[in-house]
Amino acid sequence: MKAGIRISGFGGQGIILSGVIVGKAAVFDGFNAVQTQSYGPEARGGSTRSEVVISDEEIDYPKVESASISIIMSQEAFFKYASRTKREGIIIYDPELIPDNKIEGDFKLAEINATRIASELGTKIVANIVMLGAFNEICNLISKDAMTESIKDSIPKMLDLNLNAFEAGKKNVKIINK
Amino acid sequence: MTNDVIRLLGRKDLFIQGDDAAVYGALIADCRFFAGYPITPATEVAEGMALWMPKLGGVYVQMEDEIASIAAVIGASCTGVKSMTATSGPGFSLMQECIGYACMAEIPCVIVNVQRGGPSTGQPTEAAQGDVMQAMWGTHGDHQIIALAPKSVQETLDLTIEAFNLSEDYRVPVILLLDAEIGHMREKVVLPEVVNVKVDERVPATIGPDKYRPYRTGFTRTSKVPEFAPFGSGYRTYVTGLTHDKRGFPVTTSADVHEELVRRLIEKVQDDMDVIWYHEDLFLDDAEIIVISYGTTSRPAVSAVKMARKSGIKVGHIRLITIWPFHYEKMKELLKNAHTIIVPEMNLGQMVHPIRETVGKDIKVISAPKIGGAIHTPYEILKCIEEE
Amino acid sequence: MGFISNDIIIEKYLRKDMLPTIFCTGCGIGSVMNYALRAIHDLNIDMNETVFVSGIGCSSRVPGYIYSDGLHSLHGRAIAYATGVKLANPKLKVIVFTGDGDCGAIGGNHFLHAIRRNVDITVISINNFIYGMTGGQVAPTTPLNSKTTTTPYGNIEYPIDLSMMAKVIGAPYVARWTTAHPVQCISSIKKALQKTGFSFVEVLAPCPTSYGRLNKMGNTLDMTKHFKESTINIKLYEKMLADGKTTDKMVIGELVDIEKEDFNTKYNKFCGELK
Repeated sequence: MKAGIRISGFGGQGIILSGVIVGKAAVFDGFNAVQTQSYGPEARGGSTRSEVVISDEEIDYPKVESASISIIMSQEAFFKYASRTKREGIIIYDPELIPDNKIEGDFKLAEINATRIASELGTKIVANIVMLGAFNEICNLISKDAMTESIKDSIPKMLDLNLNAFEAGKKNVKIINK
Repeated sequence: MTNDVIRLLGRKDLFIQGDDAAVYGALIADCRFFAGYPITPATEVAEGMALWMPKLGGVYVQMEDEIASIAAVIGASCTGVKSMTATSGPGFSLMQECIGYACMAEIPCVIVNVQRGGPSTGQPTEAAQGDVMQAMWGTHGDHQIIALAPKSVQETLDLTIEAFNLSEDYRVPVILLLDAEIGHMREKVVLPEVVNVKVDERVPATIGPDKYRPYRTGFTRTSKVPEFAPFGSGYRTYVTGLTHDKRGFPVTTSADVHEELVRRLIEKVQDDMDVIWYHEDLFLDDAEIIVISYGTTSRPAVSAVKMARKSGIKVGHIRLITIWPFHYEKMKELLKNAHTIIVPEMNLGQMVHPIRETVGKDIKVISAPKIGGAIHTPYEILKCIEEE
Repeated sequence: MGFISNDIIIEKYLRKDMLPTIFCTGCGIGSVMNYALRAIHDLNIDMNETVFVSGIGCSSRVPGYIYSDGLHSLHGRAIAYATGVKLANPKLKVIVFTGDGDCGAIGGNHFLHAIRRNVDITVISINNFIYGMTGGQVAPTTPLNSKTTTTPYGNIEYPIDLSMMAKVIGAPYVARWTTAHPVQCISSIKKALQKTGFSFVEVLAPCPTSYGRLNKMGNTLDMTKHFKESTINIKLYEKMLADGKTTDKMVIGELVDIEKEDFNTKYNKFCGELK
């Protein structure tokens, strides 16, 4: 088993933290995992990307070229990274952030109104965790226990809010076929 | 002490950055003094030390610049405390004079250099391997340092411990060459079992203060390394960066004293090459093409070599873990059956030079450079292999 | 304090196999070393737990002659090295010998920040207004218009006042004397050594060879006379100020003596709270 996950968006959305949560959860499940990132010098607003490679073998090359799973949280990132998903790979995105989401190719698409759901839960800061709930629901890769354990370990504050966000993501994600 | 640290760190399987792994390695190696100055992408090492040192009875101090940082590290080490600093390119350049001092006065210290794109301020957040030559030759005069280059977060932890051991054993500065990629990469790390951790200490003085000569040799397990009496132990040691005799007193115009000292500083390390020099090799038995890499670049290199093997190309891989000193003899032996050597590096060709020097004109040596921040992809290296 | 002969000082405190010193005839550095050792003798400081740290320059050779642990570091870096020694082993008494160029130019930033940090070390700066070791080049303390080998037409740069700098940044003990004030010097070094925190003693010292000769003061006597004429005791100075007068003369005397918690005390406090 080997999977490359690319999470992208803009600074301040918790993109890198999301990658850390996924990678750590994979380790909790007994896999090897490598998480890398790239971001602009600004702390907020610049484009941000986090990549996680998960494997049951030793991971040589730590980067994701064509992602098995793309989790996308901004229009700019969608234009840049959606097409860099593998054939039959999964693209999970927030349609309210990405109104222009037409894409050609052999992909499985999943929509989740993460930012709205997060706002309804009280703060849009947790939109990334809603996305991770959707990811966990759609992709049979990492156990739910490992994901929640990793969320607990990575964000000890406001645990209930984050776990609610995670559950909401699992519940509300929609697979669409265009 | 090591025991306490491993217990304090808690869960054994961690998912941490390379910079954090350097911190944990240092804690396990009993490092109890850290002086540093913030610089991307090494700042997390300082942050980790600021968090941990006070909890372990150690000292963390943020100095006014990198020169002061390494200076304080050397001062602290003179009292017998294992000491470390961490920096990146611009700060590493500033530290060079003090690194030479540590070589000359034989003061153990560990310098973590999380390499970024240079020259000058360059690319603060991007990875590079541009300080390879500087690590060896950045300070003036003939000398020998030790430099290690880990390829993963786990190895960063393991080699930080080893860096302290080598530094204490040989009383020489040891440079841990990371890069922005490994420094900020998170990966699974398993903390070592306490029983498996080897932590070396400087050899203490084996003679009373009245007869003690700080730079006499022949009384430690590595015969050209002097024994050590820390400041405050009553031995009253004089330490200087000037050329000195066995008493440690300046003797600056005698060719004999100078040559004996400087040769010893180099030989004490090089005589033990077989112990100090770590490498890994893969598929060398029938390899006609050999890829040589170190640090992060080894990861796409190994991927590329495995891919090429699948398509029947007789290619092997050597990973340099100890990158300085360079083991010419051993490398010559390992490379003797190859017809081509490929050296991918995240610089425009640095380690390729001693490799060329090793094989002379007998074997074709190809430099496969890449700069700008991205690490080589396996396909880029595979293409070089396929072209040969 | 009774009179102690030089023989006792030499016997007890110097590395005799390092003698004679490299200092020129008329140089003031030997005197300052003598004053410091007398202060140490009076205070009965344990030389097994004392580290002398220096940088590069004539004054930085002092630790080499003293029989104790000594760290002869790099040009300008003495205070940074000393910071490492003191923080790593707070039990040690750490004394820095530095010159005006070492402390005020190449090491200026370390000087400033060690004061800010209030590291518990004593810095004795021997100010001879010149780079003596390299043969007499302009220093950051060289007075305006003075001639040096690199200001053959006179110095056009305003000099730095090390003691005033130390005072302004907040050193808890600052004193300045000249080599012609042995009793006051010894007394101030004693106070400095007993002060917890950064203590600074600046001693104006003659360098007839490199500074004096080019400035019509080729012997110690001329230079001593010059020091007397160009300095004013702080008590007189304060009286002048009160009378609404001022002067260009360099103020000497005890300039600061306050209590201020040092780095180690603060650090140990919060370490204690963490446990």
